[in-house]
Amino acid sequence: MAALSVRGVHKRFGPVEVLKGIDLTVENGEFAVLLGPSGCGKSTLLNVVAGLERPSAGTVEIGDRVVNDIEPKDRDIAMVFQSYALYPAMTVRRNITFGMECRGVPKQQQSEAVARVAGLLQIDGLLERKPAQLSGGQRQRVAMGRALVRDPLLFLFDEPLSNLDAKLRVDMRTEIKQLHQRIGTTIVYVTHDQIEAMTMASRIAVMDRGEIQQFDSPETVYNRPANLFVARFLGTPPMNTVPARLARDGDSLVAIVGADQPGQATLPLPPQTAAVRAYMDREVVLGIRPECISDGARRAAGIPATRIEAEVEVSEPTGAETIVLIRIAGVRLRARVAPDIKLSPGRPASFSVDTRTICLFDPQTERLIA
Amino acid sequence: MPTPSGVPVASAPVVSAAHFILRPTRWLIYAALTASALFFLAPLVVVLLNSVRTGQEIGLGSLIGWPSVFAWDNYAQAWSSYCIAQRCDGIRMYMGNSLAMVIPATIVSTALGALAGYSISLWRFRGDSVIFAVVIMGVFLPEQMKLIPWALVLRQFGLSNTVGALILIHTVQGLSFTTLFCRNYFVGIPQDLMKAARVDGAGYFRIFWRIVLPLSPPILVVTVIWQFTGIWNEFLYGVTFTTGAQQPVTAALIAISVTAPTDVPQYGIQSAAVLLAALPTLLVYFFGGQYFLRGLTAGAIK
Repeated sequence: MAALSVRGVHKRFGPVEVLKGIDLTVENGEFAVLLGPSGCGKSTLLNVVAGLERPSAGTVEIGDRVVNDIEPKDRDIAMVFQSYALYPAMTVRRNITFGMECRGVPKQQQSEAVARVAGLLQIDGLLERKPAQLSGGQRQRVAMGRALVRDPLLFLFDEPLSNLDAKLRVDMRTEIKQLHQRIGTTIVYVTHDQIEAMTMASRIAVMDRGEIQQFDSPETVYNRPANLFVARFLGTPPMNTVPARLARDGDSLVAIVGADQPGQATLPLPPQTAAVRAYMDREVVLGIRPECISDGARRAAGIPATRIEAEVEVSEPTGAETIVLIRIAGVRLRARVAPDIKLSPGRPASFSVDTRTICLFDPQTERLIA
Repeated sequence: MPTPSGVPVASAPVVSAAHFILRPTRWLIYAALTASALFFLAPLVVVLLNSVRTGQEIGLGSLIGWPSVFAWDNYAQAWSSYCIAQRCDGIRMYMGNSLAMVIPATIVSTALGALAGYSISLWRFRGDSVIFAVVIMGVFLPEQMKLIPWALVLRQFGLSNTVGALILIHTVQGLSFTTLFCRNYFVGIPQDLMKAARVDGAGYFRIFWRIVLPLSPPILVVTVIWQFTGIWNEFLYGVTFTTGAQQPVTAALIAISVTAPTDVPQYGIQSAAVLLAALPTLLVYFFGGQYFLRGLTAGAIK
């Protein structure tokens, strides 16, 4: 059963079309992350699912029931907000029970539910406090508690961690993932933080300009981006996307970076489909992750790595690794090398390239060539 | 004026040198401020002193002077036995009228303004900004313009010459201000709170009652003070639409100044009456004034 099906949803605010035909099906028990830059429509989509905004067109189904005309409270959802949205004048306990109070749940049942959730989130000691007396992390927990107490079909998280400091964010990330593994309820989670998306999601929907660019597992979205937007959005630093020309080398295909320029690099490609062969002798956009270009001594496991010569422009050590901006025949690429490799700017150096995960994109449509 | 040039500046701390320069200027400022304060307080002082002087003393001597004996009886007479427009009951009846007018009008206009401001600021509906603009226009319309329309309305409702008429007028006219105040305060309430409440299943009135109102004491105090003082001190509608026993105290006070030419003018009792009439607004400001100043700037800070 699909916990959530969104079909052909459009949302217009006056002349501005924020959602341009969204189709999305989230299976029961999934952890789906809506990821995209600000203004891509991800929060609007979540509000449409919650029933806080009406779609201009299309349908929303929650648990195989069309909910377009159903009020948020009757959609069997619970929501956590970026600002936590705790009711300032109520104690933590009241905040958690407010929804049950609105639905007329008996007092006895309310206090049992509070006790269960407070234990789960370790907020037992805070129940009689007001939100203003809580730290950011505690408020976040209370906001989660307010959602958890509902035991809904669908959890909606709207950037719940972006107001926390970096360390707390990492902790809460793990906690939310554990929580999901324990309770198994479907989650739709909005964020602009790709680390959150990669670490928590069972599937990521990458959004841009009101459209879903790709909806797939984190590995697929990362390794086989559907188009150049996804390739350039994910990863820090993101995938290198450079012009290249496809050519034949005996039985196999190669991609030439900086073709016809002095110092051009020829990269052998893994066996390719007919679709790729149609681009023979044409310009394509070659995508390669920085971590697939490393120092010359390293060797990709199992297969002989391709060696290239390149000029080092800038070397940026980050501690765990060093990001190097290199130039091949006038084309700039980023590489990731081990932190103990010292490379001098302006000097040529040798790099080894793992060519197995190279992606090829059509320069016109910007789509991945299958 | 002494100049600081002769002072051994080098050995003196910088601050005291600055003080020295400021000193004469500072004295001038204090002198000017004190003079202004005395000037503006003078009428109050005159009325206060006269309220405990006898009519003869004022009549024989000057309007300004220290009481030779303290005639506290002036207040008792002003309250219950002084004759105003052929009626010798003092001002207590008119004070009663004013209270009967100001209390319901303040409560109803504040409550309705809070609801209207809540609707306009936190619930999006078609034409909400147009409605707000129209409501706010009431703030700028001069009172004289509304006299004839009100006269017609009061006749239709059979409310002419009643305290009820003034309650209706002040409630309706107060709505522009109370809506403006409350709306401007409520727009500061985050939309996420509204969303969370809607997901929790709270409706229009439950959100207002349980979430918005508990956040509102500062603006409600401001609105109540504003309405109370405004309605209490209002004069034009009072004299226009009520006569005799129905008048609020502000309207009745004019009758005080109309004294038969043969009578000795009762300045002492009149002063006491004026002070009694001003007392409720002074008390409201005294107890709520700190909230008033805080509330008016509350939106600006956060």
